[in-house]
This record gives sequence, structure tokens and C-alpha cells, in this order.
Amino acid sequence: MKNKLGLFILYLLSSFASADWLDVNMPVGVTDISQEVFTLHMAIFFVVVAIGVLVFGFLFWSMWRYQKSKNDKPADFKENHKLEILWTVIPTLILVAMAIPASMTLKTIYDHEAEEGGIDIQVIGWQWKWQYKYLDEQVGNKPLSFFSNLTTPPDQYEFNRVEKSENYLLEVDEPIVIPVDTSVRFLITSNDVIHSWYMPDFAVKQDAIPGFINVAKTRVNEPGIYRGNCTELCGERHAYMPIVVKAVTRDEYDAWLQTKRDAAEELAYLTEKEWTVDELMSIGEEIYATRCAACHQADGSGIAGFYPALAGSDIVMNDKARQTEILMEGIRGSQMQSFAEQLNEVEMASVITFTKLSWGNERSGDGEIVLPKDIVEYKENDT
Amino acid sequence: MSSETVGHQKYYVPEKSSIPIVFAIATFFAGMGAANAITGNGSTMLIAGMVAVVFTMAYWFATVTRESMAGLDTPQLNTSYVYGMGWFIFSEVMFFFAFFGALFYIRSFSITWLGGEGAKGIAGDLLWPEFEAVWPPMITPEQSLLGDQATTVGPKENMYLHSLSGALTWLPLWNTVVLLSSSATVHVAHMALKENNRKRFNFWLGITVLLAFIFVILQAVEYYEAYAHLGLTLSSGVYGTTFFMLTGFHGMHVLIGGIFLLTQLVRSTGYNHFSDKEHFGFEAASWYWHFVDVVWVCLFLFVYIL
Amino acid sequence: MSAVVENHNHDDHHHGPAKGFMRWLTTTNHKDIGTLYLWFSFAMFLLGGAFAMGIRAELFEPGLQLMDPIRYNQLVTMHGLIMVFGAVMPAFVGLANWLIPMQIGAPDMAMPRMNNLSFWLLPVAFTILLSTAFMEGGLPGFGWTFYAPLSTNYPNVAFFVFAVHIMGISSIMGSINVIVTIMNMRAPGMTLMKMPLFVWSWLITAYLLIAVMPVLAGAVTMLLMDAYFGTSFFDAAGGGDPVLFQHIFWFFGHPEVYIMILPAFGITSHIISTFSRKPLFGHASMVYAMVSIAVLSFVVWAHHMFTVGMPLAAELFFMWATMIIAIPTGVKVFNWCATMFKGSITYETPMLFAVAFVVLFTIGGFSGLMLAITPADFQYHDTYFVVAHFHYVLVPGSIFSIMAAVYYWLPKWTGNMYDEKMGRLHFWLSFVGVNVTFFPQHFVGLAGMPRRYADYSLQFAEWNAVSSVGAFLFGLSQLLFLYIVVKTVFAGKKATPQVWDGAEGLEWTVDSPAPYHTFETPPKVNG
Ligand code: HEA
Ligand code: HEA
Ligand code: HEC
Ligand code: CUA
Ligand SMILES: [Cu+2]
Repeated sequence: MKNKLGLFILYLLSSFASADWLDVNMPVGVTDISQEVFTLHMAIFFVVVAIGVLVFGFLFWSMWRYQKSKNDKPADFKENHKLEILWTVIPTLILVAMAIPASMTLKTIYDHEAEEGGIDIQVIGWQWKWQYKYLDEQVGNKPLSFFSNLTTPPDQYEFNRVEKSENYLLEVDEPIVIPVDTSVRFLITSNDVIHSWYMPDFAVKQDAIPGFINVAKTRVNEPGIYRGNCTELCGERHAYMPIVVKAVTRDEYDAWLQTKRDAAEELAYLTEKEWTVDELMSIGEEIYATRCAACHQADGSGIAGFYPALAGSDIVMNDKARQTEILMEGIRGSQMQSFAEQLNEVEMASVITFTKLSWGNERSGDGEIVLPKDIVEYKENDT
Repeated sequence: MSSETVGHQKYYVPEKSSIPIVFAIATFFAGMGAANAITGNGSTMLIAGMVAVVFTMAYWFATVTRESMAGLDTPQLNTSYVYGMGWFIFSEVMFFFAFFGALFYIRSFSITWLGGEGAKGIAGDLLWPEFEAVWPPMITPEQSLLGDQATTVGPKENMYLHSLSGALTWLPLWNTVVLLSSSATVHVAHMALKENNRKRFNFWLGITVLLAFIFVILQAVEYYEAYAHLGLTLSSGVYGTTFFMLTGFHGMHVLIGGIFLLTQLVRSTGYNHFSDKEHFGFEAASWYWHFVDVVWVCLFLFVYIL
Repeated sequence: MSAVVENHNHDDHHHGPAKGFMRWLTTTNHKDIGTLYLWFSFAMFLLGGAFAMGIRAELFEPGLQLMDPIRYNQLVTMHGLIMVFGAVMPAFVGLANWLIPMQIGAPDMAMPRMNNLSFWLLPVAFTILLSTAFMEGGLPGFGWTFYAPLSTNYPNVAFFVFAVHIMGISSIMGSINVIVTIMNMRAPGMTLMKMPLFVWSWLITAYLLIAVMPVLAGAVTMLLMDAYFGTSFFDAAGGGDPVLFQHIFWFFGHPEVYIMILPAFGITSHIISTFSRKPLFGHASMVYAMVSIAVLSFVVWAHHMFTVGMPLAAELFFMWATMIIAIPTGVKVFNWCATMFKGSITYETPMLFAVAFVVLFTIGGFSGLMLAITPADFQYHDTYFVVAHFHYVLVPGSIFSIMAAVYYWLPKWTGNMYDEKMGRLHFWLSFVGVNVTFFPQHFVGLAGMPRRYADYSLQFAEWNAVSSVGAFLFGLSQLLFLYIVVKTVFAGKKATPQVWDGAEGLEWTVDSPAPYHTFETPPKVNG
């Protein structure tokens, strides 16, 4: 009821602004909590506007009424205890009235208990992508897990070389999929620095703290695609790690799970296949552009002081084993992360091959290639 | 302060002076040098800067002393010094407050949560299943995850009081005795000075300085033990971190306080500076000393015993 | 140094300033030092402002036009650091230096040489900080809040740490000086409750500084140890917690934002009363309000951390404590209104800035209160709504009050009146500019635009363009300010000692420009 009123008033106000009114206010969202938060927001907003109208009204009136030209004789009163008590007590009461609903809503949000039939998804922030692990869904012997990377191509953001797409910076290769009308718990953490998982339509924003878990529980009422961002400064590509959630019906969700399981089986077959260098190079090029270029740059030149160049790197050119190890394990204490979970065997082999055969490395280095089965082998030896 | 106003005589305002700007430049080299040294770019600048800082500071204090001996100080200026020193010590208290705060937080929240207990114990359950919430932790969460053996053999030997029977061979106890008695001796020295008994003053002040340096030596021994035999180092997890940072900063303050007191001793024996009424330099040093002592008592309680 | 002693034996204090450049390096005079602080802070304001122009130019439209995101983060970080530690704080210290001794009838600050050192450490600290621009890895780019572990793995963080240490030492010495001066050097008859409000506001600010700057020093020290010496304060793998860093930082950080507003309250109180030609309403309650704000500021820090996942009880506590601050702040706003009520008001430039301060600061306060509502903050946090909030309290808040103060006391400092027409023009341009810049940021913030973003999605484009245009307008108008001040220093109508009809206080009893040494014999303050 209250939030309908809020919306209506906002709608009126919006006729003054040129932009669409949705663009100037908090989204109402698609969960009970987000609607409650919206109502709370509008309520405080109107309270402060009302106080503002009173205070500024009085101030502007005094400014006008008591200009020197209208009032030559200033009064000389210095205090008035009754008045002072009044304007201490009234704001106190207003604040108490605000604190009560706010505290109640907060308490609801803080109910973190798992629910019957709900699902738990571990959310892991990485520089600069999100990993989602469905803790109750097994694929093979591991929980279903995938990474969600930005798909907006650099041509759109660097120097605006091409027209921007509709969901510029808000599109990913693999959205997280959840069923509607189901309690979903996000168990949020991070692999490196602090990120923050922000989904405006659910009124969820929780920091991803490395080594700790923050819980956010939600229940989406309407199917749809929802977009959000990382909201904690996490390094240079902080603006480039969006979140996309696809809320679907239970049936669609189950079907999606099945496709994930099928894909896993397909992959096992692919690692057996005979690969040509060209095939590896074309997969590798794409992987490099989306996963590596952010740091090591598209031309492999790196950024001095931050990221080493891969073009001309001794490891890349001549030390296949070490490079595989770096990509599989990451380099501890640096931003070079492990890609073992992010890339499958084919992709891993391709990207290594790509770095070894690009930017002149093919001429100065040993020119060898890495095949998917090498990666499978590495994994077997490792365990 | 009461709201009563303060008497106002002619207040000594020094004329232009080049000490501060020299000091600022010295600080520049010290700061820049320290950063260079830490990032592995050599420590020449740091050493030069520190030498310059120490010399300018010494010269500055000497100047103030000279002015004071020349009778430029009014009681009002002395009051300024008293307040100034008081609030300086307060700022030091707040510096230690930050580190104690960190210790409390780590002990009561982060270790607990990582160990799977408390409001956010889910972190331990999901991410560090093998880690247990005990203080002091002998093994870090990371080691527990990798299945590594603890590298710290533990507080059983030295750092941490594990049984009353071992108390007598326990270094921190002796450190406490040394420091507490130095607080007493500095007080005795002060009493002596107030009675204008210079001999006794010098004697007790000398003892205090001696105790200060004994403390520093004992602590060095303790650190050596920790590194050489207990595997407790700065980088062996939060226990090492909090242990060395808290005791280390305290130790540094003991050293500074000791030098401060030594300076007063030299002023008294070598230059005959103090009188029964006028001895603020010594008083400031002794306040500083009591402050260092109080910090130790807190350390002893929260780092060693509890 | 024996020269010092000798001079004194002449018992002759009426030296003018030394000649030439050395005057500024070696001065112990509170007015000189105040001037140094003010020019330094103005230079830093221009530099930080130039960085802000860079930010706004990049954000003018979506996409990366002018810089890569590393450069962008460095701009944002340095903009925040420079504005906070280089512009606002030194400006207030400069005002304190000029005004406190004159307002309490003291001959100078209590420790004049240390005063000089406090100032000169600032250029030292900023040189160290900015020197990283010429190193591999460049300027810090981890935000002015330098959260671990982003900062612990950042290049050149050691330089940042020592720069902050030196700034901290400077602030601590500065505030010791202020406290001692106020406590020990008031003219006879000037009881605490008779003390002018600017002096009061600074006394409280100095206590805040002295309590929190060492905590900041602790925070950067831990950071340094984690970054270079393998400790694990902020590393869960060793048993620490990244959130611990935030607790320590904000224990400093929140009082810090009040450090940037309390002196502004003092300034505003003087100016409103002067131009209303009426005594300030509720002098005592103003003091109590500031004291309560200062005390409360120590127990609200975690409202910056509502989303880090604190336990419920903590969230509730920090929400309630934060809301309470609206009460004493409200008292101040109401008192200013009541001061103007039944006054006889004129609107010279200082008054225009002061009234704009009251209105726009209050708007910033309102959005602050909205941020304090934890569940709603889950939506607001780290979006442009927060950016809008703090620029409203800082730019038309702190910065406007500093400008008001400069116009108000400039005739006293230079002996010349500034050009009133130009002053008003500067005001109106700034007033329009500031609102056009920061009001739309509320909108994009509510709609979900995160802060510290070099690039953003398309729905935020229109309002960002508006905001950038406003920022350029505001930025250019500040060049007008520079021009007005410089012109006044060298020429202008001569000012009377009283300067403004309604002004009260000891500083108006001495000549304009104020003599190099004032109140060598203390004035008598009547009861
Ligand atoms: C001068 C600096 C200044 C001042 C004065 C304030 C004042 C206040 N601030 Fe602000 N704040 C900042 C500077 C400042 N802030 C900065 C720099 C940040 C961001 C830091 C960063 O992350 O980089 C920040 C961030 C910030 C946050 C964190 C937001 C987030 O990151 O999610 C919060 C949350 O509670 C907050 C709250 C408040 C409140 C409640 C006040 C109150 O003091 C305001 C009180 C005033 C009023 C309320 C108006 C007048 C009152 C009346 C007219 C009385 C009647 C009113 C009522 C009863 C409603 N501030
Ligand atoms: C007192 C502090 C203060 C002040 C005065 C300002 C002043 C301004 N700020 Fe700043 N700001 C902060 C404190 C301050 N800010 C802080 C703490 C942050 C957070 C940092 C962080 O996230 O870590 C921040 C962040 C911040 C952001 C968010 C960046 C992001 O999150 O990505 C933006 C974006 O618009 C911004 C803009 C501005 C503008 C346009 C001004 C203008 O008011 C500036 C106007 C002044 C001038 C322009 C100087 C004078 C003119 C010249 C030098 C001539 C050149 C002029 C032209 C070329 C036109 N600021
Ligand atoms: C988040 C940033 C980041 C991403 C993304 C990244 N790297 Fe790195 N990489 C680094 C950093 C930083 C180092 C240097 C680590 C060190 O030596 O401390 C590094 C080092 C390396 C090295 C060793 C180079 C040498 O000469 O020492 C190789 C090889 C490498 N990366 C390959 C890759 C590949 C292939 C990808 C993509 C699949 C990738 N990296 C993605 C940051 C990144
Ligand atoms: Cu991840 Cu910002
Ligand atoms: Cu705050």
C-alpha cells in the first residue's frame, strides 16, 4: 500500500525530469525484501523532505522578512530553553519512529537459516569475474561450478570504437541461473581481494571477503534477467565484473542443470580428440582475449610494475612445464590466479599454445605446443 | 581544566628559527629512505635521514634547554610544556589502542569465526574445515587446509604462561619485575629531586636507566628464543603477528624512554641542570616512563597471561 | 640559536617579518604560518580539483575515453587523499593559526617552532606521496580508504604509508599546539564558555585529531607489515581478517569526517551572527552540540561497513548510534535559523556562502541519515548516492565554509576589501555549479551506479553528462576565487579595523591588516 503511494508520488515528480523515472530512484525489485527496503527508503525520504520543507521554509522566510531593508532593528534574544528542548525532543521522536521499522526489516534480512527445499550457491569473487558453485548439485564428483565473465568486447569500451550494445558492461558469458519462488542462499566469499556482490533487484549487497563467508538469502518472485555489479573497489577492472542472474521456473531450472551435466560428459570426449595447431590457436586466441588480456594486454606486453609481459617471457617461450604449473596453480601472493577451475582442459591447452606461438614468441622460443591430454596428465599426476 | 582563566605574563615567542625546516627536510629523507629501503632500493638515504633527524632533534632539545636555563621560561610556558607532554602521551596511548584493538578483534572474532564458531562460523565450516579456534593458535588456517605440520612449537616454552610451576623460569615475569621496579625507582628519584637531594636523585635515576636496558636485553633474548627455537616469527600467523607487533612497539618505546631518561641523567650529572622546582625535562621523561610501564602491564595481561 | 636569546634580552618584540624567502621557511609567527597553510591548501585544492576534472571528463560518457582504468583509480584515490589531507584539513589549520591567537587574545601559538614544523611536514609528506607518480607502478590506486588486501599487494604502498605517517605527525603536533594554546593562553576574563565558537570548534576538533590520527598511524603500520614483512593482520590464511582493517580505518575515518566539518560549524556561527547583526542564538547549546557530535563520532564508525557482514547486534547498534547524531546537528541548524530570525540581515559574500552552507550541508546531512538506515544502505552503499552525500557535506559544506571564512577575514588579514561584485559572482557560479554537479549523483546512485567505476552502463549516461558539465562550471569558478584573493592581497579599498558592522570579537579590535604581533600584552575581556 505504502509503496504504491510512493511510486505514485514519484511518478508525479518524474514528469519534471526528462529521464525515465526508473532511472532516478531505487528499483522496487522482485523480492519481498527489496520491496520492503524500497518502502523504507521512500518513507525516510519523505520524512526528510518534510523536515527540509519546514526548516528551509522558515529559513527562507526569515531571510526575506528580516533583510536589513525590511527590519532595521535586530532583536537581541540569545536563547529560549523551551524552544531548544522542543527541537531536541521532536527529532528524537522522529528518529525513534524511523528506527523501529528499519530494525524490523534488518532482522528479517538477517534470517540466514537454510530452508527446506532451498538451494545453496557459493559465490566467489575473483579479479575480475565471479565463480558460482552449486553446493547441492554434483557434476561428476564435484559440485557444479562455472565462471561468469564479461562479454562486452573491448572495442566497445576502449575509445568507443564501435556502437555500444544494449547491455553494455552488464552482459556475461554464463549467467547464474536460479529457480523462482525458492529460497536461495548465496554464500559469498572471495579468492583474492574484497569484492561485493550487488544485485539491486534483490536488495542484496554483500561484500566478498577472502577467507570468510557472508550469507545473503533471497527468494525471487518473478522470472526474468537481473543485472548487477561488483561494488567494492577490487583493482583496475572493478567496473568490468558484472553479475547477471537468470531467474527461471523450476522446470527450466532442472532442464538447465541437465544441460550442465551433459556438457561435462562431452568435455571428457573432447580431451581425447586429435587437435590441430590451428584449432588450438583459434580457441586460445579467444580465451586469451577474454581471460588474460585484462592483465597481460592484448599484445602480450603487460603493464610495467603490475603485470609481466608474456611476449618475450622466458617461461612462456621455453618452459612448458612451468607455464602449465603457473596456469594451474597460480602464483601465490600475486594477482596471477589459478585457472585450473576456470578453463577446461581444451581451453587450458589452447591458451598456453596460443601464448607460445604469438607475438614473435614462436620465433624466439622452442615453438612447442600443449595438448589437452597434457593437461589431463598434469591433473592426474597432481592428485 | 577548570573554566578559570589563566594568568597571562609575557609569553616567550621565539624569533625565527631554522631548526624546524631542517628537521622537516631530514624527515623527508628519513621517510623517503625508509620506503626505499623497504622496497629494496638500498638504505643509504634512510641512514642519512635518520642521522639527520636525530641530530636536529638533539639540537632542538638543546636549544630549548638553553633557553630555559637563560631564564626565558615563564611559569605559563612551563604549563604549555606540561599540557603538551600530556597530550603527546595520550596520542601514544591511542597508537597502542589500535594494536590492542587488533589483538582483541583477532582473538574474539576472526579466530573464532575461522574456527567455525560464533555468528559467522560458517566461514570455518566451509572454507577452513580443519582449523580450530584456540588461542594462541599454533597452526594457521592455511596450514590446516594444506595439512601441514605446525611450524610453531608453541608457547609451552616461553611466550605464554602455561603453568604456575614454570613461572620462575619464565622470562616475561622477570621482564615485568624489572619494569615495575624501574617505575618505582624513577619515582624514588623524583622524590629525591623534590627534596633537592641530587646524589640520591642521580643514583636512583641511574638504576632506572640500567633497568630499562636490562629489560631491552631480556626482550632481545626472548625474541631470539622465539625465532631460533620456537618457530614463532612475524610471519607465522596472527599469533606471531600480534605478539611481535605489540611487544615490539612496546620494546621500542622502552628504548626511547630509556634514552630519554639517560639524557636527563646526563643533564643532571654533567650539566647540573635541575633544581627542586625546575625539572620539567625529568618529569616529562618519568611520565613517559610510567606510560610505558602501564602499557607493559596490559601487554603482560593480554599477550602473555590471558 | 644564541641569537634568539639575545633578541630577547632587548626585550623588544616589535620585529616585523624577516625579509625575503627565508621568512617563510623559518617563521615562527602564527600569522605567517597560517598564511602558508592557507596557500598550501589552496594549491592542493587546485591539484585535487584538477584530478576531479579528470574524473568527470572520463565519466562524461560511457566508455574509456581518456585513460585506462589503472589511471582512473589513481585519479580517484589521489583526488580523495589530496582533498581530505591536503586541502580541507590544512585550510582549517591555517584558519586556526590565524584566528585562534587573535580571538583569545594570545600573542601567538603556544609552541611557535613546532607550529612551523607542523606546516613544513605537509609539503614533505605530499612530495613523498606524489613522488610515486614517477615510479614504476605509479600512484596509489586503491581508494582513499586503502582497504586491505587490495592495498597490501599494491606497488609503492610503502611510500604511501610513510607519507601518511608524516601527515599524521604533522596533525598531531598541530592539534597539541591548538589545545595548549586554547587551554593555557586565553586573555584574562576569557572563560571557556565565553570563548568564540570557532575556537570552541577547534578545541574539539583538536581532541578528535589527537585521538584518531595515531589510530590511522596504527592502521598504515599494520598495512606496511602485512605488505612487506609477512604478518597476517588482514589475511585469513594466517588467522587475521580483512574486515579488521576496515574497523581500524573507520575508527579513524568517521571522526575524521567530523574533523572536516566542526570548524565549519564554528565559522558559520560567527558569520551568521555578524550579518544578522544579532547575537548567536544558543551559544551554550552550540558548544554542547559539538561536544556530543564529537563524542558520538567514536561509536558510529561501522556505518561505513554495513555490508561487510557484521553480526546483527553490531549492525543495529551502529545504525542507532549514527541516527542519534542527527539530534545535536539539528540543534545547530535550528540555532542558525533562530539567529537569523528577527535579525537585520545583509547578504555580503561571506553571508551568502554561510547561508548556502546551512542549506546544502543539511541536504547532505539528510542523505547521511538515509545512509544510516542499514537495510536501505544495502542498496545505497558504494553507489553514487554515497558520493553525492559526502560531496554535499564536503564541498558546499567544508569548502564553502572555508571560502566564507576567507571572504570574511580577508580584510583583516590583508587590510584590503575584496571586490564585492566579483565575490557575489563567484558565489552564484559556485552555488549553481555545485548543485548541478552533485545533485544528479543522487539519481544515478539510487538507480545503482557503483562508485569508483571508470566506465558505466548506458542508463546512467544522461545524468553523468550533466554532472560533468556542472563540475567544469564549478571548477572554472574557482579560478575566479584565486583571482579575487590575489587581487585583494595587492590592492583594494582599505578596510577599517571593525570591517563588518555586526562583527564581535577580539580580532576586530586590532588594525586591519592585523599587526605582525598582536596582544603581546593580553587584552582584558569583560564579563
Ligand atoms: C564533512 C563530512 C561529513 C559529515 C558532516 C557527514 C555526516 C553524516 N554522515 Fe557521512 N560521510 C562522509 C562525510 C561526512 N558525513 C564521507 C566522506 C563518507 C564516505 C567515505 C567513503 O566511503 O569514501 C560518508 C559516508 C557516510 C555513510 C556510509 C555510507 C556507505 O558507504 O554506505 C553513512 C552511513 O550511515 C553516513 C552517515 C552520516 C550521517 C548520519 C551524518 C550526520 O552527521 C548528518 C547529520 C545532519 C542532519 C541529519 C541534517 C540536519 C538535521 C536536522 C535539520 C534535524 C532534524 C533531522 C532529522 C530528525 C532527520 N555517511
Ligand atoms: C573535501 C573533499 C573533497 C572535495 C572538495 C571534492 C571535490 C570534488 N569532487 Fe570529490 N571526492 C572526495 C572528496 C572531495 N571531493 C573523496 C574523499 C572521494 C572518494 C575517493 C575514493 O573513492 O577513494 C571523492 C570522489 C569523487 C568522485 C567519485 C569518483 C568515483 O567514485 O569513481 C567524483 C566524481 O564525480 C568526484 C568529483 C568531485 C568534483 C567534481 C569536485 C569539485 O568540487 C572540485 C572543484 C575544484 C576544482 C576543479 C579546482 C579548481 C580549478 C582548477 C584547478 C582549474 C582547472 C579547471 C578546469 C579544467 C575546469 N569526487
Ligand atoms: C588478474 C590479473 C591476471 C590475469 C587475468 C592473468 N595473469 Fe598472468 N600474471 C599476472 C601477474 C601479476 C603475474 C606476475 C606474478 C609474479 O611473478 O609475481 C603473472 C604471471 C604470468 C606468467 C609468468 C610470466 C613470467 O614471465 O614470469 C604467465 C606465463 C602468465 N601470467 C600467463 C597468464 C595467462 C595465460 C593468463 C590467462 C589465461 C593470465 N596469465 C591471466 C596477472 C594476471
Ligand atoms: Cu570486484 Cu570490484
Ligand atoms: Cu561516517
